[in-house]
Amino acid sequence: MWRQLTSMRTALILLLLLALAAVPGSVVPQDRVDAIRVGQWKNANPTLAPIYEKLGLFSVYNSVWFSAIYILLMVSLVGCFVPRIRIYWRALRTRPPRAPKNLAVLPEFRSFETDEPAEIVLDRAGGVLHGRRYRVNMDDREDGATVGSVAAQRGYLREAGNLLFHVSVVVVLVGFAIGSLYGFRGAVIVVKGQGFSNSLSQYDDFVPGSFFDSDDLAPFNLAIDDFNIDYQRNGPNLGMPLDFTADLTYQEAPGESARNYALKVNKPLQVDDNSVFLVGNGYAPYVTVRDGEGNVAYSGPTIFLPQDATFLSFGVVKVPDALPEQLALEGSFAPTYGFTMERGMFSAFPDVTDPRLSLLAYRGDLGLDDGAPQSVYGLEKDELKRFKTEDGRDFRLDLSLGETIKLPENAGSVTFDRVERFVRLQISKTPGMGVALGGVVIGLLGVLCSLFVRPRRAWVRASENDGRTLVELAGLDRSSNDDLGDEMDLLARSLREPAAPGSEPQEREQS
Amino acid sequence: MNAADLEVLSNNALASAAVVFFLAFVAHIWEWAQARSLPEAGRTRKSVLVGVDVGSRRTASAVAVPSGAHGGTGSVDEKKALKVDIYGRIGIALTVLAGLLNFVAVLTRGLAAERVPWGNMYEFATAGTFAFTAVYLLLLRRYELRWLGPVVSGVAVAVLMLAVLILHEPVAPLVPSLHSYWLVIHVIAAVMATGAFTVGAMASALFLIKKRAEGRETPGATGYIARLPHSSVLDRVAFRVHAFGFPIWTFAALIAGPIWAQYAWGRYWGWDPKEVWAFITWVIYAAYLHARSTAGWKGKAAVISLVGMATLLFNFIGINYFFGAGSLHSYA
Repeated sequence: MWRQLTSMRTALILLLLLALAAVPGSVVPQDRVDAIRVGQWKNANPTLAPIYEKLGLFSVYNSVWFSAIYILLMVSLVGCFVPRIRIYWRALRTRPPRAPKNLAVLPEFRSFETDEPAEIVLDRAGGVLHGRRYRVNMDDREDGATVGSVAAQRGYLREAGNLLFHVSVVVVLVGFAIGSLYGFRGAVIVVKGQGFSNSLSQYDDFVPGSFFDSDDLAPFNLAIDDFNIDYQRNGPNLGMPLDFTADLTYQEAPGESARNYALKVNKPLQVDDNSVFLVGNGYAPYVTVRDGEGNVAYSGPTIFLPQDATFLSFGVVKVPDALPEQLALEGSFAPTYGFTMERGMFSAFPDVTDPRLSLLAYRGDLGLDDGAPQSVYGLEKDELKRFKTEDGRDFRLDLSLGETIKLPENAGSVTFDRVERFVRLQISKTPGMGVALGGVVIGLLGVLCSLFVRPRRAWVRASENDGRTLVELAGLDRSSNDDLGDEMDLLARSLREPAAPGSEPQEREQS
Repeated sequence: MNAADLEVLSNNALASAAVVFFLAFVAHIWEWAQARSLPEAGRTRKSVLVGVDVGSRRTASAVAVPSGAHGGTGSVDEKKALKVDIYGRIGIALTVLAGLLNFVAVLTRGLAAERVPWGNMYEFATAGTFAFTAVYLLLLRRYELRWLGPVVSGVAVAVLMLAVLILHEPVAPLVPSLHSYWLVIHVIAAVMATGAFTVGAMASALFLIKKRAEGRETPGATGYIARLPHSSVLDRVAFRVHAFGFPIWTFAALIAGPIWAQYAWGRYWGWDPKEVWAFITWVIYAAYLHARSTAGWKGKAAVISLVGMATLLFNFIGINYFFGAGSLHSYA
């Protein structure tokens, strides 16, 4: 059983299984990657959703089966390399093995005759091999003996690289685990002009690690003073954002001095070990809703989530305080109004030049009191009735900036006051990042050794006979490079008498 | 020259590169077609095209011309062999020219956009074609890769056609998350690794074909397959090119990518579809290297390397078309 688990065959199958198991995570939206899309997907596929949920398809990389595969792979890997460390350690301290009796049966064999005595040839062989960074064993060479041999071995670093690489996989996994156990990642939307203080209650969505502690949140606070986007204003890529900058004021802790920071996409703000990233932006129209009794029931910014690159955005305004009935608005916002009969309302440019809200209005019960959590970006329409015009069509509010429209039947009015941008910030702490990075780097070094160091053994035997010396060379290659032949040719050439005419082989040298 | 001129120059250079690649392809096809009428490969002297005998590697001299052919004193076969060799040389010269034109296209594209020219799929495809052509040309002499000529030039034509017809986009600035020198490093490494893996996949595919053919080789066969080097040579070339590509891919996907992702998106690894598939590709090529070093698995290793190539291509093209909206990498 253990043998089987640590065999190469099993490791290969597990590797391929791991690759296969990673696939669904790219097809089905993932909780940890994009929770909003998971919600949309579940709404769109009500029958499949519970089945997928059971199979863990919304969190593939934390699922039992994915974990099972990589844990088995790790066990197989550790089971493979731990004994190999011992073997390697022993191999490092042993001398290159002596020459086998019959060199001619080895995969690469060369021989030639010379007039020099055996000991001279063997000394030269030892020198040449040493020069080619072999570890040389001269035990079988004696002064004055007519027969002797030299054994040599090189490329010890290859196995070291191999082992290093496999250790590094475990190191990377440990770094990854530290990050997901002790770290956290949260996101919050902050409207320009408003602030955020780093405490759990302020987050819109928060993914803590298993060992997360609220002390991990650095006690900073920040305010978004300004947010600017440069747009491409001509050419075929009209409207493409060129740069985002959020100017913010922050305090590292309450009572500390306020500082300014220009937050950009590739330039996070670092406070202690928490990092603040600018990951998104959009529009928050300020809307005032008066109810049927003439009181202001709602006034303030509402986040509208951008739907595409033109920033046509979708959002919901819930007015639970309206009397006599609760009110709700749902619809789109376009920063630069455009309209055709085919497309309906669209946004012609992502920047604000002619902002427009187009909303449907509802009244009834918002369903906020039954305790079930509700998304702020969606309406529970079971108990809501749509406002209708006198001729029975849906009542639609098309508001430009500053405009007020009355709801039918004196149910109230809606005013579009102004519009501000919001930024989406991600705040995270990722301990163990250095461990993971260090792991990958040593892994890469290991791979390089493992792929490019050529471990091989070489033997040279010289035997004197009738005043001539027969020199035999043989080699054994344990790398996958298969260029031992060239190496043996090179050796043979350097062992021949340097002065001997015509002894230079004709072949082109290859490495 | 202003940016618009440079962009036009880049488009023209790329179109020319595609045409020259096509001519190179024709020259190589002609070379192999002519070689059909030559005697059996690998048995006579130093064979013109491949020259690699099964047993010894030292005869490998792809461009060697039979010595007797000089001065027209050789046999008809030798004259013919010389002719075949000339077609092959023309093919290589045209490939070099096409590679240069491709390089000019990539360079002027970068100058026109005032940034590194690998910000979208079109640019990645053109840079990738240059990369694998360069890998092929650099290794041509060293590994006697001339047998790969028809495949390299053919694939280059196909990729450039795909780039021009489907992927082409006018020069545009980068989206803000790409404003990072890590883009330069990450993508250049990805392009290089892709180039190496592409050449490797070609060799692996030919290895599998040749291996099958060797099982039932008819004596005297003179076709392309029969004139390919022995399957062990193909396998060795495939391994070496993969061994070159794998560390670079490791660096691109598992070091440079995460570092950049950490700056741009606030997490170094987030299981974004592109990341998932880069990881899958890495795992498959790791499996290839393991299989290759396991005795008796060479055939399986070649299949795994082709699977790896498939995942690489899917990651490049598939992700953008199938999950474009869901991937942070949807621009590239």
